[in-house]
Amino acid sequence: MSEVVIAGIGQFPVGEHWKISLRSLAARAILPAIRDAGSLKPQALYVGNFLGPMASHQSNLGTLLAQNAGLDGIESFTVEAAGASGAGAFRMGYLAVASGYVDVVLVVGVEKYTDMVGPQLEAYTTTAMDYDYEVMAGLTPAAQAGLLMQRYLHEYDAPRAAFGAFPLLAHANGAHNPNAMFRKAITPETYAKAGMATPPLNQFDISPHADGAAAVILTRSSLLPRAGIEQAVRITGSSVVIDRLAPHDRPAPLAFEAAALSVEGACRQAGILPADVDFFELSDVYSIYAALSLEAAGCAPRGEAWKMAQEGVFGLKGTLPISTMGGFKARGNPLGAAGVYQIVEAVQQLRGQAGENQISGARRALVQSLGGPASTAVTHVLERCP
Amino acid sequence: MAAPEKSPLLLIPDRQVGFIGYGAYVPRYRLPGSAVSHIWRFGESGSPVKEKAVAGLDEDVITMSIEAARNALARAGIPARELRAVWVGSESHPYAVKPSGTVVAEALGASSSISAGDWQFACKAGTEAIVAAMGLVGSGMGRYALAIGMDTAQGKPGDALEYTAGSGGAAYIVGPADEALAVIEAAYSFVSDTPDFWRRQEQKYPEHGQRFTGDPAYFKHIQAAAETLLRETRTTPADYRYAVFHQPNPKFPQRAGKALGFNDEQIKDGLLVPVIGNTYAGAALIGLTAVLDIAQPGDRVLVTSFGSGAGSDAFALRVTDAILERRGKARSTADYITRRTEIDYGTYVRFRGKLAMR
Amino acid sequence: MEIPRHWRINPQRYELIGEECPHCKIKIFPPRDVCPNCGGEAKEEYTFSGRGEVYSFTTLYDGPAGFEEMTPYTVALVKLEEGPVVTAQLTDLGSTGVEIGMPVEMVTRRIRSDGDERGMLIYGYKFRPVGFTTAK
Repeated sequence: MSEVVIAGIGQFPVGEHWKISLRSLAARAILPAIRDAGSLKPQALYVGNFLGPMASHQSNLGTLLAQNAGLDGIESFTVEAAGASGAGAFRMGYLAVASGYVDVVLVVGVEKYTDMVGPQLEAYTTTAMDYDYEVMAGLTPAAQAGLLMQRYLHEYDAPRAAFGAFPLLAHANGAHNPNAMFRKAITPETYAKAGMATPPLNQFDISPHADGAAAVILTRSSLLPRAGIEQAVRITGSSVVIDRLAPHDRPAPLAFEAAALSVEGACRQAGILPADVDFFELSDVYSIYAALSLEAAGCAPRGEAWKMAQEGVFGLKGTLPISTMGGFKARGNPLGAAGVYQIVEAVQQLRGQAGENQISGARRALVQSLGGPASTAVTHVLERCP
Repeated sequence: MAAPEKSPLLLIPDRQVGFIGYGAYVPRYRLPGSAVSHIWRFGESGSPVKEKAVAGLDEDVITMSIEAARNALARAGIPARELRAVWVGSESHPYAVKPSGTVVAEALGASSSISAGDWQFACKAGTEAIVAAMGLVGSGMGRYALAIGMDTAQGKPGDALEYTAGSGGAAYIVGPADEALAVIEAAYSFVSDTPDFWRRQEQKYPEHGQRFTGDPAYFKHIQAAAETLLRETRTTPADYRYAVFHQPNPKFPQRAGKALGFNDEQIKDGLLVPVIGNTYAGAALIGLTAVLDIAQPGDRVLVTSFGSGAGSDAFALRVTDAILERRGKARSTADYITRRTEIDYGTYVRFRGKLAMR
Repeated sequence: MEIPRHWRINPQRYELIGEECPHCKIKIFPPRDVCPNCGGEAKEEYTFSGRGEVYSFTTLYDGPAGFEEMTPYTVALVKLEEGPVVTAQLTDLGSTGVEIGMPVEMVTRRIRSDGDERGMLIYGYKFRPVGFTTAK
């Protein structure tokens, strides 16, 4: 199997882009990614998107987005896996290039969250849960996280306030990311005073849904133009694993089993252990999910990720930095686009282009995207070209 | 007492029937009368009741009927599949068109080979369903029939009825007398066209004739029904340990009872209106569940409902030995009454859908 | 209007009817086409008792579309005594505080309207604290 590399990246700041449409949002990531990749021309576009058919009443995004970006006559379609849609599209691109059937793939994650306003929008995000048996109980994704966090506090006797370490580090990192939605560090007092959302989650334990688009160009290393070799990033591990959709159907809801298995799969393929990575771009969609992801990956003992977070292990200067560009909490959560942002941010670190957030000597990244409470887990290992 | 002779007036089926199970339901919220007085009379007027029961946001006649019926089935000790009728009497059915009875039947696990439907006769819709159930079981058309009287009673904000219009009711399973915990010895119905209280189609709140609801309506029908039942069964008030009357307020049933020759002792245990309010189609029937919760084998009970528009159903009951082992199989009326969370007028307004959301 | 999809699962919502796997005998709720335990086809109806305990809980102050008029409300994971865990609202809490491990029982309540106030009413299971009984 020929080695698959990321040859170009593009991203548009996450936020509330009232004047920018879904198609235009995608183009603002696609065009920079193509430019970044030099002379490579994409033969296929895989779109990661979650809410388009509902919030924008728009399906068949593959065609619409390709056409709008001037990519007529190529292969294109959408991959949907809730919050892991972007990572799913990236996996699709990886498989296509690795298979040898497609030489150059463009992957775009795009979410247009602000085409409408009101409670119906919140209801659309619930479609990734079990409609008959969760949504009809009035549950939302944030409330689902509330259920898991409440159980976590009970099982591990953890103090709720300890979870503030995750949003604090995310906001500290987001402050230096020009593409982040929130670019301001917060204090422990701000976290402590935040209003209750879905208890025990407070407002700062929840990442903000927003508009966003990020794109990457994938190809085989042998096809790279000479100029692009230096900044190329290799994909050395790729794994998608699903769990049962609803936490109530899982024997151990706090285990995030799909997250664990997908880390295991990606690392096995890369020939590494999770401890061998320099940083971990995880899905801190809710503070509790950061803790559960770390524990599932084996980066923290069960029930103890919050302790390590308080000790500073996961900060930029810690032994395992996470959410290095602000994560979901500060960069923002553009749902179906988020997985591609995570890849783009990891590439920035591996290329040494992360500015003030640069982790010195970063060579290897673990990137994990979750659909729902790790109902879908997509994990990749990325490495700097030697 | 000898079985009553066949009277041309009494309702006595060919096969004797009785209640083989009963169940009460009262929602947990209570609105004190003082809260209503505070809003509409600066607290200057007293309330006819201490408080009334108020259904929660997720409750209605269907959900309340389901719970009362589950209690009745638990006491009857029969599977729901053996029911041949599920009838719900109410003046607050959630749908104008679509039966409450089918939802209740399916929630209980009743079979599809039943008669199901809704009854409407103001506050006597529930006893009307019981009379029909007597016919169905007494004729041999079916062995068991479920009859329910349940309401989330409506009262216009600021109206005298707002102090009392409460939520609750009871369910009864009518079956053969030899399985009964209380045998129905006889019943009698008395009706006339008397417009004392009504609610027109698509109106939210009922209208009432104020003082006209008394003598020509409530007292005339209750007394005619109860007196005829006593006379035709050749019984006197002294033969009964308990008497339960429809109870729109505490005074009416007490005055009606006294006029018929019953004393306070006989009436007090079935008089729940001071603590749960007037549960309309549920009122007389939940008064009876409170009595059955404490009655002894051999006790006789007279029950007389009243429905505006107008009419009364009177029943002569005799409690059997079966009461002793069956009544503990479900929650008692007192369990529900003691389970109590007081609410303020604002919460009441929200719970009862009086808050305009659009 | 979503009449068919709600009507289709009345037995689950009204009575907690799930399945018992004919092969490995575990109890399943909601019904599935394949037993999650042994992989056999699960098709035998089983009515759950409705008794269980709170496994976890949270409260929603802002509900999604359809639930706005019910807020605030508490949703729990309820572990049924037969084994399965269900997601359901807790009701009749009054001033009762909720705790993990608290015993609860199933009641049938109004879930919401299908659409606006003209729509069909959807009824289904919720759970409430068992604490007020004297029944044996």
